[in-house]
Amino acid sequence: METVDYLISHADLFAEATLEHAGLVLVTLAIAIVVAAAITLACLRSRRAGALAVELLGAFYSIPSIALFALLIPLTGLGSTSAVIVMVAYCQFILVRNALEGLQGVSPAILEASRGMGMSEMQTMLRVRLPLAAPAIVAGIRMAAISCTGIATVAATINAGGLGAVLFSGLRTLNVPKIVGGTLCCALLALGIDALLRLVERRLTAHTRARS
Amino acid sequence: MTPAVAFENVTKRFPGASAPALDHVTLSIDPGELVCVLGTSGGGKTTLVKCINRLCEPDEGAVRVHGEDVRGADPVELRRRIGYVIQQSGLFPHMTVARNIACVPSILKWDRARIEERVDELLRLVHLEPDEFRDRYPAQLSGGQQQRVGLARGLAAKPDLMLLDEPFGAVDAITRKSLQDELLRIHAESGGTFIFVTHDVAEARRLATKVLVMDGGRVQQYGSPDELREHPATPFVAELFGEDA
Repeated sequence: METVDYLISHADLFAEATLEHAGLVLVTLAIAIVVAAAITLACLRSRRAGALAVELLGAFYSIPSIALFALLIPLTGLGSTSAVIVMVAYCQFILVRNALEGLQGVSPAILEASRGMGMSEMQTMLRVRLPLAAPAIVAGIRMAAISCTGIATVAATINAGGLGAVLFSGLRTLNVPKIVGGTLCCALLALGIDALLRLVERRLTAHTRARS
Repeated sequence: MTPAVAFENVTKRFPGASAPALDHVTLSIDPGELVCVLGTSGGGKTTLVKCINRLCEPDEGAVRVHGEDVRGADPVELRRRIGYVIQQSGLFPHMTVARNIACVPSILKWDRARIEERVDELLRLVHLEPDEFRDRYPAQLSGGQQQRVGLARGLAAKPDLMLLDEPFGAVDAITRKSLQDELLRIHAESGGTFIFVTHDVAEARRLATKVLVMDGGRVQQYGSPDELREHPATPFVAELFGEDA
């Protein structure tokens, strides 16, 4: 009850922090998708380049986020800029791996059919490869979104704000309702973003559910 | 008369292969023929067909379509003028039947009404009821129906040259026979040149106005089914096409 009361009386605080958190995640995702698209396109022609990129990004992914945040402070200072940079870099592993798998997984027979019918490289990409890879790409974006929502809380340690700030302040003052409230908001935000992307995913995969 | 397709001393080697896939192929196909390309797998049949729409580039020699050297043509442009139907249909799984068939007309920027009209016309041509099949996805079709749609897609922009690479290879015998009947009818009605790859001698006998026998990358013989049966040029042709085969 204490927690519920606290949540209601501090609704403004939680709403503001959640919005700020959502902003961090969405800005990160938007930039990360553009960067991942560029890396993916650059590696698409050679399987070896793709495998190498995924390998490197995977190694990067295994570095703890807090260490990276610390590394960036001398360069970009405290605040959301550093946080976004680190999170964008983290997302690359998931996004690039899924996009490459999706795009390279399109059957060679289908690619040959599209070329043989007279589609240009661009048309083959936009009309055939991308739509067929879309489920894998969107699945990657969903995973990246969820992991960003989590990492963004740690970013409060370098003053990026968001729900992490609420959580750490709750920890410092041993304010249990604040911690529970912050955790709840964080979980709800992750679920919300996931549900939204799941809708997109369903739209893109209509053909896989069509059965006679 | 300008041949629909001509090969002039065409050779193609694939890296790492011991023998060439095409070995000095010279050949001239008249407009309106239904040519069946026959031979064992690895005999160069598919490579031959792919040299026509430039999915494959010869190392030596020239390929001409209606007298024009294909090397001078923009490959994308060229392919839009040539119908292409492949094994297992190669239909796009994320597109409905109508969108699959409309592929080439839509990249040629036909207007919508004309495309819709053409799709229905083609579905009727391959004996699929437009109202029933237009909005289905390929996964909702049987193998034979997929091949019919593949055929309709190849014919969509009314090409006067059709390349068909073992289009009926994966369907059962009864379906195959009815597809062959459709193909004969469509060929007769369109008056175009059809080049049809198969490894089935009976299929070639049934369909072909001319048969091209390939082995080891070389043309063994090119002629009418009767000529091949009565005067086989090589032991390979005799074995494949002889009286008792």
